[in-house]
Amino acid sequence: MNTFQLFNGLTFAALLFVVASGFTLIFGLLRIVNLAHGALYLFGGYIGFAVATKTGSFVLGGLGAMAAMAAIGFVLDQGLLRFVRGHDLRQVLLTLGFAFVLNDLALVIWGGDSFTVPIPQVLRGGLRVFGVFYPTYRLFVLATGIVVFATLWVLLNHTRLGALIRAGVDDAEMVEASGVNIGRVFLVTFLLGSALAGLGGLMGGAFLSLYPSADAEILVFSLAVVIIGGRGSLIGVGVGSLLVGLLNTLGQVMFPELAYFVIFGPMAVLLAFRPLGLFGRAA
Amino acid sequence: MTQATSQPSKIAGMTGRAVIVALAVLTAAAALPLVLTNYQVGLATEMLIFGVLAMSIDILAGFAGRTSLGHGAIFGVSGYVVVYASAQAGLPPAMAFALGVIAASLVAVIFALLAVRTSGVYFLLLTLALGMIVWGICLRWTQVTGGENGMRGDVRPALLVTHRAFYWAVLAGVTAVSYAMWRFVRSPFGLTLLGIRDSESRMRSLGYNVSLHLFIGFTVSGFFAGIAGALYAMFNNFVSPSTVALAQSVEGVLMMIAGGVGTLFGGFVGAAAIIALENAVSAYTERWQMVLGITFILIMIFAPEGIIGTLRAILTRKQR
Repeated sequence: MNTFQLFNGLTFAALLFVVASGFTLIFGLLRIVNLAHGALYLFGGYIGFAVATKTGSFVLGGLGAMAAMAAIGFVLDQGLLRFVRGHDLRQVLLTLGFAFVLNDLALVIWGGDSFTVPIPQVLRGGLRVFGVFYPTYRLFVLATGIVVFATLWVLLNHTRLGALIRAGVDDAEMVEASGVNIGRVFLVTFLLGSALAGLGGLMGGAFLSLYPSADAEILVFSLAVVIIGGRGSLIGVGVGSLLVGLLNTLGQVMFPELAYFVIFGPMAVLLAFRPLGLFGRAA
Repeated sequence: MTQATSQPSKIAGMTGRAVIVALAVLTAAAALPLVLTNYQVGLATEMLIFGVLAMSIDILAGFAGRTSLGHGAIFGVSGYVVVYASAQAGLPPAMAFALGVIAASLVAVIFALLAVRTSGVYFLLLTLALGMIVWGICLRWTQVTGGENGMRGDVRPALLVTHRAFYWAVLAGVTAVSYAMWRFVRSPFGLTLLGIRDSESRMRSLGYNVSLHLFIGFTVSGFFAGIAGALYAMFNNFVSPSTVALAQSVEGVLMMIAGGVGTLFGGFVGAAAIIALENAVSAYTERWQMVLGITFILIMIFAPEGIIGTLRAILTRKQR
């Protein structure tokens, strides 16, 4: 792998991190496997695309995507998931049904064509880093991934909300018993996770483009990240994203048609030894 | 089932009453093509085939307590192999059929090796991811799979080209397979799976090799899903990535749940209901995916016990 490909792997890992961290936050705290996460990514990407082309502002596109996905997340959580609280399997399958509805809705609104979110002028072109000429936008994605990681790290480890979230992951009932409205913490986490999917959609939409099956592709990568990294661990998602991102790039270089298969290998090895993932703990 | 009342004079493992019911259902099913149009016979064939898929998922979900979202992929792999073997490699239909089922079983073995150590949501996630990998390969490996365009090929043997002949052949096959599945879940092995579903730790401390039982259960389930997939390839003469896509697994799971988890034969009821719905809906709109999603959400909220289970619950409530 040369430097260029290494960068490709790292930038893809950064995108995966943004998407999968939202997924694992929800999974870790609420025990909800949100299979609509891929659909939120795609839908967020489309909305970000629409806002960004209409207003000409990439930043507004990102904010629009995040706000819209948080709103859809609100509908999903408060409108539907509240009826099946406490039933793991029914929750998962419900989010799957929701994903089908969202995808089809996206198909109705935007059709089957592929869209690419316009990159702002500042981020076009390339930069010379470590001896290679590399697209500025993808470096920006890498930087955003690092910023999101740092923000989540501070949020989880150095704020009251973060302390509540961590406590909730370990024992939600005890947190509730000590007088905290854990329901609100759950809701905030769900909205935050959904918004991250939207942000990922806009970022990914600018270099992977948006098309009807992009949601399934990003979902399977996110699942691989979470299966490798373990439930509800920020470090786990980081390590998982790096592994999956780099392996995927390596796979595309070596066996272009079977790249999917290359993330399957480490997943298999890992599951044989640690069924809960690298940083996962038993519930 | 109620062995206390009726004498256990059993024919092929069934009580006298069960035999009569089974024969009546079979006779009615066999007579169907005489009154239906060709198009409707096609739908009925599809219901039978998907009934087998739903039942194969139910072996794991209803009897081992593990819901798989990867069975659509196993089903689809069988279809791909059948079409490839007969259209590209020129093998006779029977051989292609056998190869398809073997390939599906092998995929099931790989899935099972990885999945048996997990349970609950993790099992679901893992089978989902594995199924999607199969889908990704079918989509990208263009030279072999035909990529997004899929593969077409006349797979059916000459004898079974007409709708009716094929229906009867499928009915015969499906009857045999259903009987085999029924015997499987009622065997001591099937009862062990039930024990694992109810309490894994207890079965383990009783000395059962839980992982091995789950592994075999998964493989057998995959074998049956493979039969359904091979039949579907012969029915359709066409495979494409959507045959192995997540939607296929989801439809199978939905049929299984709609029919009732753990009822086995409910799979046919679920398959009939969903296919009838799909057919009715597509007369009005192209938005089948959306209707499927909404159906899924509604069933999860209002009828998680399936159509039969919910009707039964409503009836008993009214009787009181």
